[in-house]
Amino acid sequence: MRTTVVIIGAGHAGLAMSHSLAEHSIDHVVIERGTVAHSWRTERWDSLRLLTPNWMSRLPGAPLTVGDPDGFRTMPETVAFIERYAAAIGAPVHTDTTVLSVRPRGDGYLVTTTQGTWQCQAVVVATGACNLPSLPPFATRVPAGVTSLTPRDYRNPSQLAPGGVLVVGAAASGIQIAEEIQRSGRPVTLSVGEHVRVPRRYRGRDITWWMDRVGVFDESYTEVDSVERVRGVASLQLIGSPEHRDLDLNALTGLGVRLVGRLAGISGGRAQCSGSLPNLVRMADLKMNRLLARIDAWASSHLAGDEIEPPHSIEPTRVDASPPLAVDLTSGEIRTVIWATGYRPDHSWLDVPVFDRKGRIRHDGGVAAAPGLYLIGMPFLRRRRSSLIDGAASDARDLSTHLASYLADPAAAGPAAPLLGAA
Amino acid sequence: MRTTKESADNGVNVEALLGAREALTQSPEAAQFVWRARNEWVRGTHSRSTVEGFFGLGAEQRHKTTFGYEADHPELFASEDNGATPVELVLAGLASCLTAGIAAVAQHRKIQLHAVTATLEGAMDIQGILGIDGDVRNGFSGITVHYRIEADASPEEIEALVAQSQKRSAVFDIITNPTNVTVAVN
Ligand SMILES: Cc1cc2nc3c(=O)[nH]c(=O)nc-3n(C[C@H](O)[C@H](O)[C@H](O)COP(=O)(O)OP(=O)(O)OC[C@H]3O[C@@H](n4cnc5c(N)ncnc54)[C@H](O)[C@@H]3O)c2cc1C
Repeated sequence: MRTTVVIIGAGHAGLAMSHSLAEHSIDHVVIERGTVAHSWRTERWDSLRLLTPNWMSRLPGAPLTVGDPDGFRTMPETVAFIERYAAAIGAPVHTDTTVLSVRPRGDGYLVTTTQGTWQCQAVVVATGACNLPSLPPFATRVPAGVTSLTPRDYRNPSQLAPGGVLVVGAAASGIQIAEEIQRSGRPVTLSVGEHVRVPRRYRGRDITWWMDRVGVFDESYTEVDSVERVRGVASLQLIGSPEHRDLDLNALTGLGVRLVGRLAGISGGRAQCSGSLPNLVRMADLKMNRLLARIDAWASSHLAGDEIEPPHSIEPTRVDASPPLAVDLTSGEIRTVIWATGYRPDHSWLDVPVFDRKGRIRHDGGVAAAPGLYLIGMPFLRRRRSSLIDGAASDARDLSTHLASYLADPAAAGPAAPLLGAA
Repeated sequence: MRTTKESADNGVNVEALLGAREALTQSPEAAQFVWRARNEWVRGTHSRSTVEGFFGLGAEQRHKTTFGYEADHPELFASEDNGATPVELVLAGLASCLTAGIAAVAQHRKIQLHAVTATLEGAMDIQGILGIDGDVRNGFSGITVHYRIEADASPEEIEALVAQSQKRSAVFDIITNPTNVTVAVN
């Protein structure tokens, strides 16, 4: 079979790209191993809601009604939302089709799937940033008798043995899972590495409303100090809940969760924790306060005083003077370890020499280092917003424009093609 | 009180550091360093360490001169007190590492430093090293570092300098995280 562009993955990012290519009248197909929004259907825990409010999923070309703009979608609602989007834009999705390999062929690519092969001129990789859990190497040293899980296989607390749980990682997934497990009566120890603390609401508005207005989400990958660093930054410590509650380390210790430092290794059945916890929480507080100061500065020059509540300070993170430096995994106290240590993409089917020494696709804002190969839906791909559903519109617009010029003149837009208007 | 000067000079060549960072990102082999020390027993608990050569950037390197450090124990341990105790040298190493980091980060952030003083305390229950109580560890039960910093920056900016310096410090990492140590004889 032949087409001009193959988009791999029918999550919101692949679908947004489909819409943008259609606007350029570029012939394409969207190949999906399951059905639309497969990741949201199959890879998330039961209680998960988006941590971004409903208004913050502005997909291109189909202004869908979002219900309560300030609410947070459950997983079934998220799936339904993305399904409605796919239908509204009439995306040419081929479901139940897994891509097995992509390799260069002629002046394009040969895409081999479980339902036949496609020859095309360009490929858009939209297979998601969170296909696989990212575990530290010592995760294999959890002693027998203690169950290891990742957020990919975790569904709800009833799946866990009664008894203590060590949750490793305090980004969004880790804090949300830690909270519900603690509430289920299983005492949680939370290992805290570098994290990004923000309050759910500030001065009467959702924090994402501020970050959107102030321009935080629009910061371009070309403006930041180190693009590699920002692409690895943990997700915001937030939860989406009907009551808009805060979920930070203070809230968790208030529930009885015990905090320990970053896990540094497992030796002789003991999980060893770093002594750097006081610095990590201080750093997160300082960064949060810098963000709030930036918001205050913006507010004072852009908003009238009666539009918002006055500034208020947020309680510093409380940590024990001497948090434990080890957690014994052999005493029977800990029955389960949950590795909420992040996610990584699975590009193992991509048979094109574009990988860096850490196995990541080399790319310049989504334009991969191979002609006609594009990447979308990755953290800070082109801007901070790229990590979110809300970032797909601008990324798809930029990348489809680049792709259109590549198709018009493949020689002109080589691997190092200059990038279009950043933010 | 943000008084960032365009021309802070803390005596750190940040351009060179950033250049090295860039170069080492391109060729990670060159980033593989080996640090060395030599130690010789003198008498009693007195020993002398020297540092001279190290490996880095793919080749043997050399300090400008050989540096020496005396270590001993105080008289109340029935020693002759010919030098700092080894644990005090650890505190000195931690302080030197953090202070160097503060200067470098301040330079990068264009913050002029005027004075930086650190006082360190390492608390220790010596029942551990004396083998009196097997439940007491040999090492510090905790370390506190107190910085006094005068700089052209707000208190929050100064705190952020100190925090960033801990984040990037080798000795801070060595002390706060476990390290495999292999000791061979002959
Ligand atoms: C736990 C969690 C919570 C999140 N919460 C939020 C949030 O609140 N707000 C927000 O904006 N973002 C959130 N995100 C981030 C982001 O929206 C997701 O990472 C999102 O899934 C990325 O969208 P995507 O379309 O790029 O990838 P996905 O939605 O993962 O879509 C990729 C698609 O590609 C398909 N695919 C993969 N490999 C193949 C193959 N070989 N062949 C064929 N098809 C393939 C998959 O089946 C999938 O349908 C969250 C992410 C996670 C993991």
